[in-house]
Amino acid sequence: MTDPRSLSPLDLDTPDKTFLDANELVINMGPQHPATHGVLRVILRLDGEKVLGLECVIGYLHRGVEKIAENRTYTMFNPYVDRMDYVAAVSNGLGYCEAVERLLSVEAPPRAQYIRVILTELNRIASHQLWLGTHALDIGAITPLFYTFRDREEILKIFEKYCGARLTTHAFRIGGLQYEAYDGFERDVKNFVSFVKPKIDEYEELLTTNRIWLERTKGVGVISGKDCIALGVTGPVLRASGVKWDIRKAQPYANYKNFDFEIPTGENGDTYDRYIVRMIEMRQSLRIIEQAVEGIPEGPIMAKVPKVMKPPVGEVYHSIEAPKGELGYFIVSDGSTQPYRVRVRPPSFVNLQALDLMCRDQLVADVIAVIGTLDIVLGEVDR
Amino acid sequence: MNPQIAGNPPVATPYFFYGLAAIMIIGGILVITRKNAVHSALALITTLLAQAALYLMLYAPFVAGVQIILYAGGIMVLFLFVIMLISIERAEKERQFNKQWLVGIAAAAALGGLFITVYTATTKGRVLFPEGRTSYVDMQNTQGIANLLFDQHGGTYMFAFEIASLLLLVAIIGAVVMAKKRI
Amino acid sequence: MHALVQYIESYLSSDKTPGTAGNWFWATVYVLLVFVGLSIAVIAMNWLERKILAHMQVRLGPMRVGPHGLLQPIADALKLLLKEDIIPDGADKVVFWIAPFIVVLAAFTVFVVVPFGPTHAITDMNIGILFMLGVSSLSVLGIVTAGWASNSHYPLIGALRSSAQMVSYEVAMGLAVVSAILMTSLNESSTGTLSMIGIVEAQKAQGEWFLFKFFPLGIIAFAIFAIAMVAETNRAPFDLPEAESELTAGFHTEYSGFRWSLFFLAEYSAMIAVSSIAVTLWLGGWLRPFPNLLHGTTWDLAFSFIPGIAFLLLGAMCFYNTARMPKHPLFKIQTIGLAGFGAVLALIGLVMFLPPVRERVGDIFWFSAKVAGFMYLYIWYRGTFPRYRFDQLMKVGWKVLLPTGLALLICTALWAMRSEVWTQVVVPVGMGFADFVRRLL
Repeated sequence: MTDPRSLSPLDLDTPDKTFLDANELVINMGPQHPATHGVLRVILRLDGEKVLGLECVIGYLHRGVEKIAENRTYTMFNPYVDRMDYVAAVSNGLGYCEAVERLLSVEAPPRAQYIRVILTELNRIASHQLWLGTHALDIGAITPLFYTFRDREEILKIFEKYCGARLTTHAFRIGGLQYEAYDGFERDVKNFVSFVKPKIDEYEELLTTNRIWLERTKGVGVISGKDCIALGVTGPVLRASGVKWDIRKAQPYANYKNFDFEIPTGENGDTYDRYIVRMIEMRQSLRIIEQAVEGIPEGPIMAKVPKVMKPPVGEVYHSIEAPKGELGYFIVSDGSTQPYRVRVRPPSFVNLQALDLMCRDQLVADVIAVIGTLDIVLGEVDR
Repeated sequence: MNPQIAGNPPVATPYFFYGLAAIMIIGGILVITRKNAVHSALALITTLLAQAALYLMLYAPFVAGVQIILYAGGIMVLFLFVIMLISIERAEKERQFNKQWLVGIAAAAALGGLFITVYTATTKGRVLFPEGRTSYVDMQNTQGIANLLFDQHGGTYMFAFEIASLLLLVAIIGAVVMAKKRI
Repeated sequence: MHALVQYIESYLSSDKTPGTAGNWFWATVYVLLVFVGLSIAVIAMNWLERKILAHMQVRLGPMRVGPHGLLQPIADALKLLLKEDIIPDGADKVVFWIAPFIVVLAAFTVFVVVPFGPTHAITDMNIGILFMLGVSSLSVLGIVTAGWASNSHYPLIGALRSSAQMVSYEVAMGLAVVSAILMTSLNESSTGTLSMIGIVEAQKAQGEWFLFKFFPLGIIAFAIFAIAMVAETNRAPFDLPEAESELTAGFHTEYSGFRWSLFFLAEYSAMIAVSSIAVTLWLGGWLRPFPNLLHGTTWDLAFSFIPGIAFLLLGAMCFYNTARMPKHPLFKIQTIGLAGFGAVLALIGLVMFLPPVRERVGDIFWFSAKVAGFMYLYIWYRGTFPRYRFDQLMKVGWKVLLPTGLALLICTALWAMRSEVWTQVVVPVGMGFADFVRRLL
């Protein structure tokens, strides 16, 4: 593997040198393209169909989320974080709430912690299901998309019953939860777990041993653990490269240390390993949910938090394991009601930087597969 | 017309011939006068298809079919494949004709002279092809060609056929060797 | 007047195709029938594909236009015809204009020789199968020029992919076809045939579909063809030229409206065309199933009822769904429409029981039913498989199918000539070797 830092940017301005110089082709993929997952624009330099290099042009979805934070109170900014990774809004909320809680030195009560874990893990499954459907669609299998969306619907129904929203949930509050779990929440979650277990087998039946799927994913978009660490790549991509790093285990937050689960790792760091890692992660999430729903304690759902939040002067960096990788919030407080600066470390943005390295010397079709396997959400990349 | 031919006698044969010949000549002229290489290739395909139709009129459907598969369907696709990658803007600025009028006129005159000689000779009643070409009627054309090539008692043209295929094999290997720097 | 009627009637009990018989009137009628039938088949395919794919993917598919979306393809066709005809600014206008017509012409012309029955073909050509392969290979020209003329990168790459793909899979396809043609020569005069009707007749004479001939050689040849034909028609899992997720829509990205619908029409009629080749070569064309196991006049009669029964079943399905329609006044027209459709189907079914009709439609029915089976396979593939990558596609074509096809061809030839091979090659060589060993000792 080449050192990722040695990759030179694309030289896009060199004109064709000779009359028959048919080799190199610069092609613009996106921002309107069915497989760039939103508005990612990739400029590819091709030799025939081989990728010589690529450059991502991002920012089409930039909304200035971090700047908005400086003009909102801590509570007012909370719903905005849902709009970053909109397929895993619950995780975003969890990261932000916990960061502010650390700044305020409060801790959510145990009941709130348990419900938080359940919702976050449900959200992880939903996010992975959406990833699987779209990733398979990119590789040409159109059916898994409908299966995963059918089953993701059940998760969204639970969210809707809990907080009224399906996508941008705004489920958590700083210091705990706003809503008590509705009647039958535990039953719904248990039903969901037993419903979705055979469904995951169903996805695997369609794909895991499918010859074409194997050929399209094995050895495609390989990245070594060393390169992952050098580029700051986290999440399933890092674990598929053989690095056992999951913030839920490494720096336990919420009450993840109470639960028994495993961190799946891959060996080859290719697209197939990332697929397998995510499939196992879904099953592990179900395990966590099963344990959590059994053990929800009684008690309050909100800690004592002042109505007007004025955290002491200082700064905090808090990161959680979002479905896509390490999601970190760096918040600087100047003692006023509004944060002085909020900086988000979005996993999608950092993981996207590995695209060039993973796609060099691969084919155009692999670029699509690799974009899919990185599982990016442009709302989070551009913020 | 050959009375042995199955079915009805063909209709309006000379008109079809003149029509096809005209298409071929116009196509041929377009091939060399178009500046855009893709247009030239399309004109060439038209010419080849018209030629296939001529073969059909000569009761040689097998040759016509092979003409379509090999030339129009196979070779011309490869031509187009290469031509498409040439930058057209550049090609249109290039000089179209080499200054080889003299050779060209000489070759054309020689070919024309040959045709005129053959035509005048046959109209005067001289027999230019003493053996007489075996004509195979429509229904047995393919089988007839097979007999000529692979007859059990040593087809007349079997040796030539095999030599030609060997030549093609050599050409394929040569192309691979020339194109690939490292095998 | 009488002469005209006689001329028209002259063909009805002929044992030749109108083209061979030189009957211009019936040839024209057949051309029109095939053209209309093909268009209806494409429209039906459009609806069926969306419906079947939808049911495979736990959704309903078109439901709004007409009962169960039956009128959806017509609505789509209308929309496409009324759309603005856009030619991109930088496109090569003439070539852009011609390309869809080349594709459609190539796709429709091949049906000249497709044998729906011993006399139900427009004409019977001496070079039938060669003609089909040749003309269908011309459609790649249309695709290449369409991609090039659009003057855009995605269509160009799509065109390059499809030309490479179609040219390479034609080779494997041709080898499989040749091994089937070899089997036609297994008769007393040992002359084979390229004629489509002749091929089916050879299967009838040998009392065996070529699929089961020389087990497993026939099945292998069929498998090679069945794979290559999917690649040849650019369908999933070999639909790289129009890979949505990579090249948006491949070679027809810049096309819209009527021109786009021509590509659509051509794709589906090409699918039907290659399926008909497969049916003709390996599945006994118009011959009914189980000719050996269930033979005799009783079974013939029983099988001749099947077309009518099939239509009656379709009609019954329509009536069942009519009964299931919502009893809301809004659905009144749809309910009546569905019942009417069912009535038409049932009526067709009843007409098919009439002896003169029954005797004539059996072969067309069996041929269409076999082709329909392939069409279902196409849809099934699309619902199941991911897409191959371009180099893998080439690998499958050149490194798997081509060597298999070559080996298969040699094996078929050796097996067909096994007695000659035994008496003229194996025995003399063996004797010579034995002699050599004896002298050595």
